[in-house]
Amino acid sequence: MNDMNDIKHHLNDQLLLGYSAGVLPEAFNLIVATHLEMCDECRAASHAFDSVGGVLLDDLAKAEMSNDALSKTLDLVANTRQIHKTEVDSEIPNPLAAYVGSSLADIKWRPIGMGVRQVVLKTSKSATARLLYIPAGSVVPDHGHRGTELTLVLKGAFSDETARFAVGDVEMADQNLEHTPMADINEDCICLTATDAPLRFNSWFPRLAQRFLKI
Amino acid sequence: MYKNFERYQEPGASSIRLTYADDRELLRFNQKATPPAVKRTKPLKNWVTQLQQVQKSQDQTAFEELFNYFAPRVKSFLIRSGASTSTAEECAQEVMVAVWHKAHLFDPSRASVSTWIFTIARNKNIDALRKQRRPEPENLTWGPESEPEATDILTLQQETEQLRLAMSTLPDQQKELLQKAYFGDLSHSEIAAETGLPLGTIKSRLRLALNKLRQTMK
Repeated sequence: MNDMNDIKHHLNDQLLLGYSAGVLPEAFNLIVATHLEMCDECRAASHAFDSVGGVLLDDLAKAEMSNDALSKTLDLVANTRQIHKTEVDSEIPNPLAAYVGSSLADIKWRPIGMGVRQVVLKTSKSATARLLYIPAGSVVPDHGHRGTELTLVLKGAFSDETARFAVGDVEMADQNLEHTPMADINEDCICLTATDAPLRFNSWFPRLAQRFLKI
Repeated sequence: MYKNFERYQEPGASSIRLTYADDRELLRFNQKATPPAVKRTKPLKNWVTQLQQVQKSQDQTAFEELFNYFAPRVKSFLIRSGASTSTAEECAQEVMVAVWHKAHLFDPSRASVSTWIFTIARNKNIDALRKQRRPEPENLTWGPESEPEATDILTLQQETEQLRLAMSTLPDQQKELLQKAYFGDLSHSEIAAETGLPLGTIKSRLRLALNKLRQTMK
């Protein structure tokens, strides 16, 4: 990946806390984990939030284990093996590679209008994760989102009414933000997005009508 | 805005959901019977030696000490998160098996043993009880590339102790909220609904302790 020292838009404390506490839907965890892989600052913050969990664990009242629990555990230890994770050299950050494979070229994109393509990733149903491919200079078709939408830039950059987002940056948008993300003119942009309510892309629906109907 | 973050809405987890209401009842009962927090004054044992003995010489006595301290707490965590007593027992054993097998990945300059075991238990909770995958940043695994510096280990321990102190001075309501967030009594939407964000309202001492830890981890 590129040099990540220029990340300007980071995860907020609410997401970091949610990730540490383990209460986020899978699609949001995926965005957080992928950003953490790219961002040392947020990774350090995430460790700090994990430490809160450690302190709380110390304070928790015990729930007694059964009498044979230790011997059962030692049996399990003897009958299982140490697992070594093998790191794969990948152009896609590791947490994401587990969902889409290690090569951007192998991704099977589907057009959603105006040159933009997407692929929906298989996660739990409580939120949706997708990859978006926005050709250089193109605009993401108007879409409404009822809940929270997180967007992490993996390649290239885009700008909307709020700011410019480059590799590693995360945009957090709620339903109040109406935005029209546009990829930089000189490079195609690939983003990972997560939404906690279904996006309503509507490529054949005239933009004007969408605005009129406020969807 | 986080309405869809509710737990246990996963398809394919119906066997879990069938017993879920009963578990909640049991949980409420357990919570009435035993107070969630134990008052304590002196600094806690840090368990680093025991974990290193497990790692270096597969020391069963050291493991037993770790087991006696952590397994009942992990079980308690899982019960609070909605697991039945038997599932929690089974998962707590599996967490301790992982502690044994992953001991070589533990880096005492990055996390306390309690924090490290908390992350293993949390991931087991997501994986086994919520039936979700848990994406994790790969190079964030705890594997030390070289032997960690003694001073780094000490700094981490001191700052974790600072965090512990800061957390002990929180008003009960805020502390309870943190416990609920981390141990699964509270969904993300409820956290947001109740306070906006617990950390937004939590005293500056905790924030200070968190920020110091944050700097150390960089």
